[in-house]
Amino acid sequence: MTFPYSEKVLEHFRNPRNVGKIEDPDGKSLEGSPACGDMVAVYIKVDPETQRISDVKFESYGCASNIATGSIITELAKGRTLDEAKKINWKQASEALGGLPPIKAHCSVLAVEGLRSAIQNYEERHGLVKERKPTTEELVKKRLRKVMNPLSGLDLVRTNLVRAVSVEDGIVRIGIDLPESHQFAANIRNEIREKIEPLWDVRRVEIRFED
Amino acid sequence: MSGKTIYLDNAAAARMDESVLEAMRPYFFETYAVATSEFGYSSGIEAREALDKARQGIASRMIARSDEIVFTSGGAESSNMALKGVALALGGKKGKHLIVSAIEDFPVLHSARALERQGFEITFLGVDSDGLVDLDRLREAITGETILVSIQHANQEIGTVQDIAGIGAICREKEVLFHTDGTHTFARLPLRMDETPADLVTLSAHTIHGPKGVGALYVRQKTPLAKWMDGGFQEFDLRGGMENIPGAVGFARAVELTTDEETGRLQAMRDVLIDRMLREIPDATLNGHRWKRLPQNANITYHFVEGESITLHLDMRGIAVSTGSACFSRSLEASHVIMAIGGDHERAHGSIRFTFGRFNTMEDVDLVVRQMADVVERLRKISPLKHAGEERKVEK
Repeated sequence: MTFPYSEKVLEHFRNPRNVGKIEDPDGKSLEGSPACGDMVAVYIKVDPETQRISDVKFESYGCASNIATGSIITELAKGRTLDEAKKINWKQASEALGGLPPIKAHCSVLAVEGLRSAIQNYEERHGLVKERKPTTEELVKKRLRKVMNPLSGLDLVRTNLVRAVSVEDGIVRIGIDLPESHQFAANIRNEIREKIEPLWDVRRVEIRFED
Repeated sequence: MSGKTIYLDNAAAARMDESVLEAMRPYFFETYAVATSEFGYSSGIEAREALDKARQGIASRMIARSDEIVFTSGGAESSNMALKGVALALGGKKGKHLIVSAIEDFPVLHSARALERQGFEITFLGVDSDGLVDLDRLREAITGETILVSIQHANQEIGTVQDIAGIGAICREKEVLFHTDGTHTFARLPLRMDETPADLVTLSAHTIHGPKGVGALYVRQKTPLAKWMDGGFQEFDLRGGMENIPGAVGFARAVELTTDEETGRLQAMRDVLIDRMLREIPDATLNGHRWKRLPQNANITYHFVEGESITLHLDMRGIAVSTGSACFSRSLEASHVIMAIGGDHERAHGSIRFTFGRFNTMEDVDLVVRQMADVVERLRKISPLKHAGEERKVEK
C-alpha cells in the first residue's frame, strides 16, 4: 500500500498520544483554520513550582496531518518549561514527524499555535504576562477570530457574526448576531468568556445575542 | 486486514471489465489500421466497420441516430466541446449568455468560467438543499441573449438526479439549446433521445467499466456546433484527430454489459448502505435527494469529524472512498456541491461519497458500515466538537 504520509505521521495518526481533555486545566486553547475548517484544542497542566508542563492533551477536528502534529507537539512539550515549550515551532514538529506534505502545512501549524495559545492562556490567567498593554477593541476582535461557530467551522468575525465591540473601564461588551435560542449560543458564550476574561485589565465581559 | 480492497469510488474511475478488453484486443493487434472509406484497403475498411458498429451500439442504447454520436477522449472533452462549440457557433449571432447549474462537475463549470473570461455572461443557477434546480428560476433566468442551458443529468458527488425532461421542455419553449452531462447516468438511468428534449449529451465510458480516455457527445441533428478540435475530417467533421477505434469498441461493449438488472443490484446496495449508516451511526446526514438520486451513489456527512481522516483510516483497512473535505482536495477548497446545497463548511468537512460498481457485493456494504462506525467513533473521541454534539442531543 502507498500512503501520502511518512511512516511516522501514519503511526501518530493511527495511535495519537495524549488525546483527550484535561478536566480543570491550567491553560487551554481552541484554534481553528478558516482556510480548511480544521480545529484543534490543547489543554495543559503546569507545575507551579518548576513552571514545567506536567501534563498536556489535545483534541482534533482535522485531517491526518493535524492529528499527527497535535500528537507530536504534546510529546515535545511534556516536561518542558513554559519558555522552552513556547519555542517549539512547526519546523521542529514537522521534522519530528519525518516531514509533512507542503500543502498540509497550515493544517499542522494549527496544532503548534494551539500549544502556544494554551501557554498564553495560562500566563494570562496567572498574571504572568510581562508586557501589560491595555485591552483595545482591536485586541478583542483579534481574539474573537479564534472563536468558532461550530455550525460553519468558521470564526465569528469571518462569518460577520460580531456586531459591536466596546471596551470601557474594564468592561468588554460584545454583540453577537445570533438569536439567544441558537443551538450553539451557550458554547459560543463560554468560548468568548474563555478568550477575553483572562486579559489582565478586563473586569467583566457582557455578551448580548441579538437577532 | 485481508489483501482484498473494497473499492467504492466507481464514479471517479471504475475497474474495466475483462470482456471489454477482449473486445478491444483485435483493434490493437490485428485491425489496427486507420478507419478509411470503402475505397481504401481492407483492414482500413474493417476498422471503419468496427467504428460504425460501435457508434450504432451506443446510439441505439439512447434511441438516437448513429450520426448523432461523436466520439471524444472522454466526458471532459465532450462537455468542453458542447459549451465552447455552441459559444463559438452562436456567440456572434444570437447572444452571449449561458446558464449552468452551480453544482456542475468541473468540465462544465470551468468551461463556463473560461467563456466568462472571454466576455460571455454566465448565470450559475443555485439549487435547493437536495441539489435540485428550480424550474421556475431557470425559466426566469433565460433571456433573449441566452444561447445554451447546461444542467447535468445527475450530480457527481451527491447523486441528485435533475428533471431533464422538464428542463428540456422549458428550453424548447424558449428556443434555447440544452446540454446535459450524462457522465454518471448513461446506461444506468433511462434516456431516450426521441423523448428527451436535449440537444447535446455528454457520455463517458469509464464510469461503466469501459476504458479510460474515450467518451462521446450526443449532438442532435442540425444543432449549431462549431468545430473545436481541429484536425482532419473525422467524426462528421466535428472533431479532428485519429479515431480511437479500440476505445470506441470498448465503450460500446461496456454499454452492452451494463444492464438494468445490474443497476437494480447497485441500487439495492446503495439503499442498504444509506439505511444502515443513518440508523447505526449517530449524527450522520444524507447529502442529496433521498430517492431522486443515482442508483449507484450514496453521500453522507459524519458530523464532528473530518473526511480526509476518515478516508485514510478506511484506506488502511482496505476500503477506498472519497470525501468533499477541503483537506482532501488539491485546491484546499471544500466541495462546491456541498457548499451549494447548504453553504455550510462543516457539512463538507465530514462528507464521504460511496459509489458502487459491478464488482461490489452486499458483503462489502456490511463491512464498510461496520468499519465506518468504528472509524467515526474513534475520530469523535478525539474531536473537540463532540461536546457540542452531546449538548445538542440533550436539547432534543
